[in-house]
Amino acid sequence: MRAAISISGLRKTFGSTRALDGLDLSVTTGEVHGFLGPNGAGKTTTIRVLLGLLRADAGDMRVLGADPWRDAVDLHRRLAYVPGEVSLWPNLTGGEIIDLVMRLRGRADGKRRDELVERFDLDPTKKSRTYSKGNRQKVALVAGLASDVELLLLDEPTSGLDPLMQEQFQECIREVRAEGRTVLLSSHILAEVEALCHRVSIVRRGRTVETGALDDLRHLTRTSIRAETIKPARDLGQLAGVHNAIVDNGRVQLDVDTHELDTVLRHISALGVRSLTSQPPTLDELFLRHYGEVPEPSP
Amino acid sequence: MSRYVATPRLIWFTLRRDRVRIPVWILGIGLTVLGSVASFKSSYPTAADRQTRAAIVDNAVVKLFTGPGYGLTHYTFGAMTANELLPMTALAVALMNIFLVVRHTRAEEESERAELLGATAVGRLAPTTAALSVVFGADLALGVLLTLGLPTSLHDLSPEGSLAFAAALVGVGFVFGAVALLAAQLAVSARGALGVSSMGLGAWYLLAAFGNMTGIGALSWLSPFGWAVEMRAYVDDRWWPLALALTTTIALVAVAARVASHRDLGAGLIADRPGPPNAARWLDDPLGLAFRLQRNSVLWWSVSLAFIGAVYGSITEQAGKLYHHVGSLERYSAHIGASNAIDEYRALTLYIAVLVAGGFAVQAALRPRGEESAARADPVLSTAVSRSRWAGGHVLIALCGGVAALFLIGLGMGAADAISVGDAGQLPRTIGAALAYTPALWVLSGFAFALFGLVPRATGAAWLVLGGVAFVGFFGPLLQLPHWIYELSPMEHVPRLPVASFSLPPLAVLLLIAVALLAAGFGGLRRRDVATA
Repeated sequence: MRAAISISGLRKTFGSTRALDGLDLSVTTGEVHGFLGPNGAGKTTTIRVLLGLLRADAGDMRVLGADPWRDAVDLHRRLAYVPGEVSLWPNLTGGEIIDLVMRLRGRADGKRRDELVERFDLDPTKKSRTYSKGNRQKVALVAGLASDVELLLLDEPTSGLDPLMQEQFQECIREVRAEGRTVLLSSHILAEVEALCHRVSIVRRGRTVETGALDDLRHLTRTSIRAETIKPARDLGQLAGVHNAIVDNGRVQLDVDTHELDTVLRHISALGVRSLTSQPPTLDELFLRHYGEVPEPSP
Repeated sequence: MSRYVATPRLIWFTLRRDRVRIPVWILGIGLTVLGSVASFKSSYPTAADRQTRAAIVDNAVVKLFTGPGYGLTHYTFGAMTANELLPMTALAVALMNIFLVVRHTRAEEESERAELLGATAVGRLAPTTAALSVVFGADLALGVLLTLGLPTSLHDLSPEGSLAFAAALVGVGFVFGAVALLAAQLAVSARGALGVSSMGLGAWYLLAAFGNMTGIGALSWLSPFGWAVEMRAYVDDRWWPLALALTTTIALVAVAARVASHRDLGAGLIADRPGPPNAARWLDDPLGLAFRLQRNSVLWWSVSLAFIGAVYGSITEQAGKLYHHVGSLERYSAHIGASNAIDEYRALTLYIAVLVAGGFAVQAALRPRGEESAARADPVLSTAVSRSRWAGGHVLIALCGGVAALFLIGLGMGAADAISVGDAGQLPRTIGAALAYTPALWVLSGFAFALFGLVPRATGAAWLVLGGVAFVGFFGPLLQLPHWIYELSPMEHVPRLPVASFSLPPLAVLLLIAVALLAAGFGGLRRRDVATA
């Protein structure tokens, strides 16, 4: 598997602010890679470095085998970018902007464009100053998704979309994935990342703090269990790997580290199980464990 | 009366928000008038001077800016004030009313701030009433300033005439405040409301101007500008045309209030027009985009510059005669080494028109900075477009637009001049003289672009430099500035045709400087980060 994006030790400072502080990122060709982090963690800065819009202070990086700063123009024929804050030329219509951006990229596909305009329910005849945030986002999405490029860099692409359109977006990304193209998806919407991504990288204060396959990362997390048992479960809270246990006679509620799950379940079933529900570890939990405990300074 | 609940509080709030903006408008307009009036006495000390001036005003093209010209046979300072200052001041007052009313009505609704207020215990018509009260209050404040200030600035101006002058302006202000109020009810965007109001402004102004120019008085009577002028301040002091303005105001406000109390918040009657669903074939490269973005600006600059040229050119003959009556101009003549009054006038007015074109040269060259700050560079630069190609499109528009601007100045001025003096040869002569400024204009663009490439945060300095160039051009000869200061201004290196003779070396040097500045700009742009804020 070739790496579509490989970054190591990326640093970037703006004046006295250190935006990126030794960030690493590796995206394999053909995967949808989730890029997570709170506001101000450096996600947008990373993407703008990958586009050659910002010059890295230090670090090695290759995008599709090329240097994003030196080979920017050639590289940009092979990738598409959808920004999170979309600003458009106010007196051009959405349709004009989509056509323009596709032509500038050098890969115009009129049929796919019209199909996407239809799917995202966008009125291409409106001047872009009259578009809402969601509609501006759709313009950028159509312009990005309509080109047949190898790599998509998406920076919180669904932040202004309604749930219906978010679903439509997920559908598009699944198609892209099926075609074997690569996606770097920066997002706040964890359900979306869970639904689409093979692997994720989590950044915080300009560094990568966690990276790997979603399934692997789940092992680092806890499963929540609620059970009613025949015998009272007194000593469950003392077991290794059990957290936040609330035991009330025959009712028990606890979180358990995934690698201790087997031991704990045996223990519960020995008490005689009346009912049992378990909740799988969610990305939210993973996310909160990295960010929840320490309050972030506001950007 | 629940529709007006909380109006006083909103008036206070509006005043609080515009505590700087409104005084700036009032003082800006008021002091310009008072300052102009104060200079009359030294510029036209004798009755003979004023009669010479009256001869200039009695010209078809000049009447576009002055009104029909009354009291010309006995041209007093009062008649001079009313003829030469009233129409342009009325235009400024109309603009003040339009901008302020739209700002506090439709712009508020569009920004959705109005909903914040509308959801509280505020009457449906209260925001509109408050906005109109504040703006009409501003008109009245300007009226008081002028009524008291005019006789103080120039003792020859009668108090009654000054009151009529001020009342004429207040009348125009009221009408256009009401026009903007109605436009704000009809259009859905602030831009649309400004557009509708400005169309009304333009149509009415041209109607009056055309009436004045042709002497068809009936046309002027259809326009609020005509009513203001027909009050004949200082000459006849007629009051009844004011009634026309007030009646029109009341009618427009009544219609606006009716629409306002029946429509939804945020809704309007004139929707933004839809545009093409697909981009035109030529909109496929950075130059196409730059052209599309700057098209309207280029068009407006072109029309304005050709017009300015034509106005200057049309009075060449009369102005040449008057030229030596104005003492302060002798220093300009000495500065450019002129001996022929008409040619002096041509060289000086061409220089002034080119300075105006300098505004275009700087604005167009700084356009990529505006795009960058608004985060609209990213979508282009993340495609297969290099930074140089992206910015190059705008540079090409600035350079070619600059040449076009000079050509049009030459065309307008030359054609009008040729008609004025009856010599067709003036047309090619003037166009050539104007085009000689090309390298100087390119240096101005180049400097702005170099700032953009090297120190993007400091691009505002390009305007300061243009201001400095204008200062040296206008006041240098009067203040007798040291020689080296002139050397710094690119405009001073251009041979002042037709007074001076053509000389290539200074133009070649300017051209080299322009090329070097542009190269520095491109070089800097390739190396730096693309900013978004």
